[in-house]
Amino acid sequence: MSTGTASAAAGLTRPFATVSPRTRTRIPLIVTAVLLLVMFGVGSVRYEGFLSAQVVLNLLIDNGFLLVVAVGATFVILTGGIDLSVGSMVALSTTLTAWLVESHGWPLAAVIPLVLLVGAASGTLMGWIIHTFEIQPFIVTLAGMFLARGLCYTISTESITISDPTTAGIAQTRLYGPGGLFVSIPVVIALAVLVTAFVVLHHTRFGRNVYALGGNESSARLMGLPVGSTKIAVYAVSGLCSALGGVLLTFYMLSGYALHAMGMELDAIAATVIGGTLLTGGSGFVLGTALGVLVLGMIQTVVNFQGTLSSWWTRIVIGALLLVFIVLQRLMSGRRPAAD
Amino acid sequence: MATPPTPRPTDSGDPQPVLEAQGIRKQFPGVLALDGVALRLFPGEVHALMGENGAGKSTLIKVLTGVHPADGGTILVDGRPHVFADPLQAQQAGVSTVYQEVNLCPNISVAENVLIGREPRRFGLIHWSAMRQRAAELLTELDLGLDVTSLLGSHSLAVQQLVAIVRAVDVSAKVLVLDEPTSSLDREEVAQLFTLVRRLRDRGVAILFVTHFLDQVFDLCDRVTILRNGRLEGEYPIGELTPVTLVQRMIGGELATLDQLSVRAHEEAAQRATSEPFLQARRLTRTGSVEPYDLDIHAGEVIGLAGLLGSGRTEVARLLFGADSADAGEVSIEGRKVLLRTPRHAIARGIAFCSENRKSEGLVGELTVRENIVLALQAARGWTRPLSRTKQDELARHWIQALDIRPGDPEAQVRHLSGGNQQKVLLARWLLTAPRLLILDEPTRGIDIGAKAEIQKLVARLAGEGTAVLFISAELEEVLRLSHRIAVLRDHRMVATLTNDDTVTPERLLTTIATGADS
Repeated sequence: MSTGTASAAAGLTRPFATVSPRTRTRIPLIVTAVLLLVMFGVGSVRYEGFLSAQVVLNLLIDNGFLLVVAVGATFVILTGGIDLSVGSMVALSTTLTAWLVESHGWPLAAVIPLVLLVGAASGTLMGWIIHTFEIQPFIVTLAGMFLARGLCYTISTESITISDPTTAGIAQTRLYGPGGLFVSIPVVIALAVLVTAFVVLHHTRFGRNVYALGGNESSARLMGLPVGSTKIAVYAVSGLCSALGGVLLTFYMLSGYALHAMGMELDAIAATVIGGTLLTGGSGFVLGTALGVLVLGMIQTVVNFQGTLSSWWTRIVIGALLLVFIVLQRLMSGRRPAAD
Repeated sequence: MATPPTPRPTDSGDPQPVLEAQGIRKQFPGVLALDGVALRLFPGEVHALMGENGAGKSTLIKVLTGVHPADGGTILVDGRPHVFADPLQAQQAGVSTVYQEVNLCPNISVAENVLIGREPRRFGLIHWSAMRQRAAELLTELDLGLDVTSLLGSHSLAVQQLVAIVRAVDVSAKVLVLDEPTSSLDREEVAQLFTLVRRLRDRGVAILFVTHFLDQVFDLCDRVTILRNGRLEGEYPIGELTPVTLVQRMIGGELATLDQLSVRAHEEAAQRATSEPFLQARRLTRTGSVEPYDLDIHAGEVIGLAGLLGSGRTEVARLLFGADSADAGEVSIEGRKVLLRTPRHAIARGIAFCSENRKSEGLVGELTVRENIVLALQAARGWTRPLSRTKQDELARHWIQALDIRPGDPEAQVRHLSGGNQQKVLLARWLLTAPRLLILDEPTRGIDIGAKAEIQKLVARLAGEGTAVLFISAELEEVLRLSHRIAVLRDHRMVATLTNDDTVTPERLLTTIATGADS
């Protein structure tokens, strides 16, 4: 019982002790939202043409695929797990899609379901291994990451450019709204995924089991919750989302290539964390993840508008931001009382 | 004992037990944890499951609730045999459990914790308002007024425990297993829990109650099943037992009474006061942790640290061990000024510290008894001089025997041992280094009376052999029985140091703790 030391350190480790725990979980979300507004505000003042609704919509157009991948990652991280294979799964999906459409002339309507199936199946397999053999998700999905990336090269070592008119047509379709604003079809899909994920996480038993599992796995098991199937399912969701993200990236790039989406797993994790999901699991919001993705996109946009900065500055800023948010998470959760 | 209004079960087995276990056997690697154990629970009774640490209580509960599969025997619910592969199946058959550690999720709301897995749904989605209403009803029924939308983690452990019971009862109202529910509750919270338990009993729920507190058994329970060394000792109506006979049946044979410390204790202590102390602390302090204190500890002396939980007892000890570093003040060992900045410094000077958190700060559950025992000695020797395996085996066997660690297998994993035996392993580890000063922080907490007496005897013996002991305990009787001198802490301040003679009574000690002044 180190009450003394705890109270002495309280000023440092629990600055939000007076805030109710529920509000405390929302603080990172609020911080992210404020950050987004500030960046947009500063950008609008500094750069000509920045202050427009289309700039915001372009964030979605340029990052729709990342949003879908990050939503999947959020499911996994909420359970306290991690999925490193998503970037490679995206690359595999782009390669597979481009290869089947271009080299084999398959119709898109057949390719997309197949690719999604491959993603979901590989996620299920990794989840099953993690659950059955009680292996760290880090290791299993690391193996998945190498495996999927390697498989891309067995399909093609070169970039496969898509010239199929249907695919190109879908990719170039602009859906116009009021005031000449437009989005692409992938944006609509990404937003649909986001809404679905929100409903699933907050309004279905599966979603609540995900939170319970992240809160305390052994408790969840003793409460009679289906821990095993939930765990496998979140990796399946992540696999499915990364495959769908890959399809959207294919539309965006109009090509499939083994070198696509290098390091995207880290972008997805960064977006999730910046969006306020605890890496230890059990706390977070999928809508926060969407904000996280927008923050990453906004950084990229600001760097582009600045013009003089190398695009690596995006990574540097994301890295710094991630660090800040992880420390913030630590302060938010405070020190948990030692379980005896 | 108060007789509940429900019909009393008789030996003829009428009415039928709601839960009956027969010939339960459970084998762990190297340990036969349960050997032919039987248990009967009748509707509307509170049934105590008693036994020393390591007698198999926890294992039996885990078998009954589907956490561990049994290796033999049958479990009958309402006369029908069941095999539970997991807790869910046990719950579906009507057996719910509230474990010692609250097994709920702190990150979701009270309402969800009560109802998760059984949420009311509408159109396939969770019907949140119905869920909140249902949870509020369940809590109100049992006189718990809580905001059901608040996060569970924002409530005290006691409240969480009550929520866990509400959940368990709602899941299945036939059999409720309470595994040491009171160990971290204060008196008022225990009373609240008992009210709840009695109400459930009157509704016809069969309650299996596991505890270390004898008075709670006599206060609450109707019948008792006693386990000893993984076997069934017997089943008794509470009226046939007295606390003494109950303890005798738990430990078998005569109650191991503690040899009273010699009456010359205080004379010796007075004598020592003139000799040079082994350790002398002067104005030692750490801001926010403990105010400046003076303490002399002589060889062969037991110093008791008394005070309430959180009064700074542990902090005093941590400063002496270098686990926390002091802001000011000095420590001398055998007259020479020393700096105790880290535990390594303290260990090098012959100080050992048995932490109260044996799981998180002491033992490594995945390692064997042998490996845990030699850990500190190996650390003291440095990794360049490894202990030979023969030497390790010899040491482990010696200490297993000396402290009567059960099971006596040096290669058993420590996590399979009971709390009391884990404590002994931890003690063995430090005794192996032949410490000059042994700091024991709550060494007897959460362990049963037999093991307690053994550890107390051991402390007395060590002191007799010349080891200085700093003994921290929340139990005043224990502190009084063992200590030559007692330092009293109150609000992080050492308020008095009493020589333990006939004038020191529990009352006087309590007054000092309560008022900060020696009466």
